[in-house]
Amino acid sequence: MASKIRIKAKLQGDMAEVKTLMKHEMETGTRKDSKTGETVPAHFIKEVTCNLNGEKVMTANWGPAVSKNPYLAFKVQGAMAGDVVTISWVDNKGETDSAETTLS
Amino acid sequence: MNKIITIVLAGLMAIGIAWATPEEDRLAFIEYHKKRFPQVAVEDYVNGVYALDKGAYDQWLEIEEFPPYELALAEGKELFETPFANGKTYADCFPNGGVGIRQNYPYFDAETGQVKTLELEVNECREKNGEEPFKYKKGKMAAISAYMAYTSRGNTLNIVIPDDPRALAAYENGKEYYYSKRGQLNFSCSDCHVKNSGMMIRADKLSPALGHPTHFPVYRSKWDDMGTLHRRFAGCNKQVRAEPLPAQSEEYRNLEYYLTYMSNGMVVNGPGARK
Repeated sequence: MASKIRIKAKLQGDMAEVKTLMKHEMETGTRKDSKTGETVPAHFIKEVTCNLNGEKVMTANWGPAVSKNPYLAFKVQGAMAGDVVTISWVDNKGETDSAETTLS
Repeated sequence: MNKIITIVLAGLMAIGIAWATPEEDRLAFIEYHKKRFPQVAVEDYVNGVYALDKGAYDQWLEIEEFPPYELALAEGKELFETPFANGKTYADCFPNGGVGIRQNYPYFDAETGQVKTLELEVNECREKNGEEPFKYKKGKMAAISAYMAYTSRGNTLNIVIPDDPRALAAYENGKEYYYSKRGQLNFSCSDCHVKNSGMMIRADKLSPALGHPTHFPVYRSKWDDMGTLHRRFAGCNKQVRAEPLPAQSEEYRNLEYYLTYMSNGMVVNGPGARK
């Protein structure tokens, strides 16, 4: 399956600005289905990791309060052109997704 | 009494009976906006309310660096390129393979005597090929419409009103809808977007009517989702506490016909991101 994560990274000096958009339903587990009245089971991203050339540079612990299709932007210091940025997440059902891009 | 009626009639004849042609309407519409917002260039109206509000414009530019409609675009592209069960594709239903055609919609179809929108034809295409139609307001329809608009970016809106009394009637019907008051609040579309555009409505600025349809379908932060023009129409109706019409109903299609004609000559820049 093609990755559902989209990354855009821009290098300014030794600082890389990484912007990501992840497709995920981010169900809180408290919402009810309007038709059946049953609770929609929780399904949300628990952990987002960013690796720079395979080395972990950021971990984010997320919960059900994060919006659907989350957008995340951050800066990484000490990055160089040609470095590979990898973003991956794990959700509460154990599903994962990852995507990578090369800085230029 | 007779005298009064005669005077009123004469007055009516002088103002209204000789209908303005659609082209005269359009030029008057642009002229109105030029006078109302002399600082805004006509081609900037495609940016909607951001043409009027510098602060919101800057924020929007930042959003556009990584637009929230990208996920829908990817989904729409996949939908568009995936063949139906019978092996045909959307490209077989549309002129130019469905690429770069948004600017010609809606158009008047002489065969059925109706205004045809892009979304209507997408579903017609699906049904013709034995597929279930999509819902008109959001989801897959919005995604595929977004992709088709995206391939048409930069093209100039070219809505044609053919020399056919039925086409003119559809246009006039749309125009009437636009200027008719409705709902518990007794508002017409034009009350907000023509008469009071640029004014605050609670915390938000009312967007100007010129250039309204160029950027649809749209990702609206309020919806947290994509929506088609007819979803927005229904939302506007609800906000003035009027009963919304079904998406792709004849009135809404005529309204889209009128509204898009008013923005003729402007560039397609859909899909857009809006508050």
